[in-house]
Amino acid sequence: MNKTITIDGQVVPFKDGQTIMEAATEAGVYIPHLCHHPEFTPHGSCKLCTVNVNGRTCSACTFPAMEGQQILNDAKELNEDRKKITQMLFVEGNHFCPSCEKTGNCQLQAVAYHLNMLDDHFPLFYPHRELDASHAEVLIDHNRCIFCTLCVRASQEKDGKEVFAISGRGINKHLIVNAESGLLKDSNLEVTDQAAHICPTGAILIKHTAYQVPIGERLYDHNQIDQVSLNREKLQDEQ
Amino acid sequence: MTAFIQHLIEQNRYQSTHLLAILRAVQAQYFYIPHEAIEQIAQQLDIPRTQIIGVIEFYSFLHLSPRGQYDLLISDSITDHLLGKHEITAYLEQQLHVKLGEVRADGVVSLANTSCTGLCDQGPAGLVNGYALPHLDKAKVDQITALINLQIPLDAWPQDLFYVEDNLIKAGLLLSAPIALGEALQAAFNRGLPETLSELDSSGLRGRGGAGFKTATKWKFCAEEANADRIVVCNADEGEPGTFKDRVLLNTYAHQVFEGMTLCAALIGAKQGFLYLRGEYCHLHEKLIAILAERRQAGLLGTQILGADFTFDIEICLGAGAYICGEESALIESLEGKMGIPRNRPPYPVTQGYLGKPTVVNNVETFMAAARIAVNGGAWFANIGTDTSKGSKILSICGDCTQPGIYEVPFGTSIQSILDDCGATDVLGVQIGGPSGTFISNNEFDRLIAFEDLATGGSFIIFNQHRNILDIVNNFTHFFAHESCGFCTPCRVGTSLLKNQLDKIINGHGSAGDVVALEELCQVIKKQSHCGLGQTAANPILTTLERYPELYQAQLKKISYEPGFDLDAALETARRLANRDDAGAHLAQIEES
Repeated sequence: MNKTITIDGQVVPFKDGQTIMEAATEAGVYIPHLCHHPEFTPHGSCKLCTVNVNGRTCSACTFPAMEGQQILNDAKELNEDRKKITQMLFVEGNHFCPSCEKTGNCQLQAVAYHLNMLDDHFPLFYPHRELDASHAEVLIDHNRCIFCTLCVRASQEKDGKEVFAISGRGINKHLIVNAESGLLKDSNLEVTDQAAHICPTGAILIKHTAYQVPIGERLYDHNQIDQVSLNREKLQDEQ
Repeated sequence: MTAFIQHLIEQNRYQSTHLLAILRAVQAQYFYIPHEAIEQIAQQLDIPRTQIIGVIEFYSFLHLSPRGQYDLLISDSITDHLLGKHEITAYLEQQLHVKLGEVRADGVVSLANTSCTGLCDQGPAGLVNGYALPHLDKAKVDQITALINLQIPLDAWPQDLFYVEDNLIKAGLLLSAPIALGEALQAAFNRGLPETLSELDSSGLRGRGGAGFKTATKWKFCAEEANADRIVVCNADEGEPGTFKDRVLLNTYAHQVFEGMTLCAALIGAKQGFLYLRGEYCHLHEKLIAILAERRQAGLLGTQILGADFTFDIEICLGAGAYICGEESALIESLEGKMGIPRNRPPYPVTQGYLGKPTVVNNVETFMAAARIAVNGGAWFANIGTDTSKGSKILSICGDCTQPGIYEVPFGTSIQSILDDCGATDVLGVQIGGPSGTFISNNEFDRLIAFEDLATGGSFIIFNQHRNILDIVNNFTHFFAHESCGFCTPCRVGTSLLKNQLDKIINGHGSAGDVVALEELCQVIKKQSHCGLGQTAANPILTTLERYPELYQAQLKKISYEPGFDLDAALETARRLANRDDAGAHLAQIEES
């Protein structure tokens, strides 16, 4: 393994076929992301992982690592844009962290802290979104969906099902459930499915488990997302 | 319904790639896609129902709830606004007793806005059940109202209502001398295929959609791919507001376009071709099918084309109302029967396009030019134009001028000379390349049509001194928010934020920091968006803000903060609940200083 790219001045080795994100994670370099998960086909939609490759902006999660790439990642201008994109995700839905049972375990919230997001910046949309509490064990709160498609991909790629999909266009995008009634209870989702556990926000929740881990002892309560993410995703890479 | 759908699916050979065609047919039959239809199609095509619902909710011409039996759509392009769109819409509402955006209670008629219909030279225009209605005026509205109220079937309507003119005003290099049937293919076979590709290379031909990638290079890349199952796609999803040249090329020069596609197939080794025709041009569909049949008859499509060991055929696929499908990878997704969401790159379509096969996607005009170059050679073409922009450009000229229509000019022609040609006087500015292009002011008319100066896919919209720039920008900004596919965050959320922020400023709710905030937002959308739509969605604001900053500033209130909404109106519910309407139950919008 002798091919390398350079991220913020640091020489990072890569294997053919790896994306910039994969090479970075393996080398212990954190690139902020929400729709990316090492176990699933990259999607490239949240745009938090935008890096500058030889002067061009690229999504690190989909762009292949290639010999000689000079990459900017932890740069002021990029982090400012990442913060704005995160703010966009907040104002688009209805995210009230203090009353959300995912607080402290939520990647959206953790990324916002990591990027030093102190307000929403943009006017809120306050969209009207529904709750689907029909399933005995799993709940969808559409208010918190950020359209990362992780549940869609997990259902297809890991569970061998097609429980979820994203429908609609533009700002009217929404998560739909593969059931004749459109309700989760009539789908073939089981609580053991990966798709039920993959949501980076509080949009898909397992019922009867809220607050089992008290606030103060949650995933991001003592460590920032860069550390938590690298520890977890490096481990997954090695498996 | 079961039998109808069964038949439809059989006609489409159980191919899920034909989903769009199947859904278009269901929509035409029932005026929406009924729940039972979705279930049946999902089962028969063996695809999840969510894919079908996703597609229905993505495309503007497909619906989950019933439209009227006569579904009238009015083009909301700025060019239709200039020609009296608002007045004609109001008159339609009044005569048909239906409000814009609604279905009449009896279910007979519905009325809604639609994005540019490509009839900018003959607006205000509309569509009825997908068919073009140019030159709408009060007399025609009266006629249409009577036809609808008598429930006369569409095919019995007077044909002159649907008559679309070419308005070909100025023919140049390509339009003045169309090739004879089979001439380009014969020339290519005579010269030799590799030699013909060299001619195309030396012609300097670049893609006519606007991006300007060198055509010969694209074809060469595709031909070099290991997978021999290659595809040719003609992009006729001409959705950029103000563009209508492909409508004319396909109406009058379709043979040459198809010949260009066949030439490409011969050069890259493709067997299958598609013409992706925007839904708004479905009035051309039957005619184009007939032309393809004619070409098969003439031995120019099918097996052993011109007696050679060469097999190729072309299928027409109709869009269903989505500007984003003009983006080549979104177009390919649409061809595959999916939502038109641009793909991640790499891989590029030349490597992995339609169903993962190496695919060349080119504009209508590019194929037309390639066919001519095969006949006349590269030097003939390269002789015209500038150093880096060879040949001619076919422009769709509309807006404030005496002779809107199609003009073919050599690359390197100045804006002023084009304005002189089409009878435009008293000009305020010109939108070159449509909303995604550039607004130029009247002291830049010495600039040139060329990839290196003002690139355009063909859109050229003229505005006179009486037009309001902010109205134009507002129309364009709303257009992008409506057409964003929603895949990536910066474009999905950003274009809607941009629309709201611009509305705030135009409606007089803006204060000191609001123009700065507007520009900041523009930059994030431009830099961070996934595809060309998002990357250009802020151009209307950025290009006018650069030229007319005072126009934006003049809209602002001279205070440091102004709420973005109407405070007093927000208290209405509270007043009703408290049964109060005294002075103390009202709020001033701002503390007057």
